[in-house]
Amino acid sequence: MADENKPRVRVPKTAKKGEIFEVKTSVTHPMENGSRKDKDGNVVPRNIINKLVVKYNGKDVFGGDFGTAVSANPFLSFHLKAEESGKIDLTWTDESGAVFTTTETITVEG
Amino acid sequence: MSNNENERRLSRRDLLVAAGTGLVAVAGIALAPRAALAAEGEADKLMADLIGATKPAEGKITLTIPELAENGGAVPVGISVESPMTDKDYVKAIHIISEGNPTPNVASYTLSPACGKASINMRMRMAKSQKVRVVAVMSDGSAYIARKDVKVTTGGCG
Amino acid sequence: MPMSRGVLCALAGFVLAVFSCPGPVVAGESGVASPSPVDAAPHIDAALAAPRIDAALAPYIVGAKRSGYVYALPETRAMQDDEIMNPGFAWVERGRGLWTEVEGANGKSCASCHGPVESMAGKAVSYPKWKASMNRPVTVERQINFCRVAAMKAEPWEHESPQLLAMTTLIKQQSRGLPMSMADDGPMREWIDRGKALYFARRGQLDMSCKHCHDDHPGEKLRAETLSQAHVNGFPTYRLGWQGLGSLHRRLETCYEQMRAETYPLGSDEYVALEIFLTDRGRGLPIETPSVRR
Repeated sequence: MADENKPRVRVPKTAKKGEIFEVKTSVTHPMENGSRKDKDGNVVPRNIINKLVVKYNGKDVFGGDFGTAVSANPFLSFHLKAEESGKIDLTWTDESGAVFTTTETITVEG
Repeated sequence: MSNNENERRLSRRDLLVAAGTGLVAVAGIALAPRAALAAEGEADKLMADLIGATKPAEGKITLTIPELAENGGAVPVGISVESPMTDKDYVKAIHIISEGNPTPNVASYTLSPACGKASINMRMRMAKSQKVRVVAVMSDGSAYIARKDVKVTTGGCG
Repeated sequence: MPMSRGVLCALAGFVLAVFSCPGPVVAGESGVASPSPVDAAPHIDAALAAPRIDAALAPYIVGAKRSGYVYALPETRAMQDDEIMNPGFAWVERGRGLWTEVEGANGKSCASCHGPVESMAGKAVSYPKWKASMNRPVTVERQINFCRVAAMKAEPWEHESPQLLAMTTLIKQQSRGLPMSMADDGPMREWIDRGKALYFARRGQLDMSCKHCHDDHPGEKLRAETLSQAHVNGFPTYRLGWQGLGSLHRRLETCYEQMRAETYPLGSDEYVALEIFLTDRGRGLPIETPSVRR
């Protein structure tokens, strides 16, 4: 269960140069807002994913800053334009400092 | 237990009366803390923090949220903003602001021309029925706004 | 001295609402209930009105049986249909990791005996299943633990543990889209009848049985919510209200709590019997694991 929080990502394996494609991603995280109580009535400490950084071949292309109103097990989709073959890195960070990363590769043709 | 007993139906009215009575009671109890929740004022303040004195115009944003959300824990939100997304003219930020949650900030996204298209889908929490605001900030500093009313329900079985 | 049914219902409704709603209730701008929740989701009527049944719903309707999918809002269905949007698939992925994880004194993993998990395709449709060696029916959960103890010499997983949920979800997902076709003969008959008796038994402070909602009023509104036929083909299911994935037994427990009744332990014979009756009752509906529900 080491990869319990490994984000799931879907990007096309190949795309034509200039094509705009969707990136869909989801990560398993409780997004504790700090007001929920556990079975014994103790407040579960706040810990949410508050940041996402997306890099395309090392360059910042998309990002997000999140509050407590993002649902548990966050889902997000956005778009990127296929310019060159390479890597798309997604890095989610939560308030405890935990980092969840994935790297997807895409081949751009033409 | 007799078969007769088993076969007796609760009418739909009985069920609704039961549920409705509980509902009114809860609404009454919940009214006090509810009033203390962030409202439009806090949403305005957050918006000012995010975009300064810029006055956002209507238009350019398509905001897709179901009018009736099955569960406030995960309400799907779709946003797309009209923009060529070129180096000279692109959407640089999209902010989602709640008018009915304990805190108004939901999410802020940073975009770039490399996105090709300013279109996002996500899921948000809503503490109650409310208006959701989306503000898009363009590369030239201009801003656009869209609002949508959403009814949040929790059904008879919580 | 019996209370009038109306008073009892009103009282029950109060109890139900107070205990079951830490979150939002139906609230308009003023915090007052929407006066007409019945009109709130016209798509349900549209979806169910014969003969104009949405073609996309056809696989989820078998005769008079309608999967909970049919009663869900289109947004919730869309969430189930997409593997990234559906958070339940995170449990499938965890299950995949566990499938090849060696544990126990025999130094085996699931894969040591079964090979790739795809070998499980079609297996879940016949569960719960009679196991002669144990002289009882076993659910998928129990079969997994049987393998862990007997074949792997590993510790069994607790009901509702992340591991057992992940493995059950992975295995059932291998049968996604296939119709439930549990055996209903021999000793299973007795368990079906036992589950049936539980299904129709009035329980708890609300003095209700399962059938009062799920046989008598499916498709109708209880407050703002559409009642379903209580089919089990989507379990384990990701429930928005849970903000997580849970087993059928957890759902049954939730129902009993909502009826203000004593619950049974997860994995108990009572819940197994109910699972068997409900599986028989929903025979033919496709397995949807991991489904997404409100």
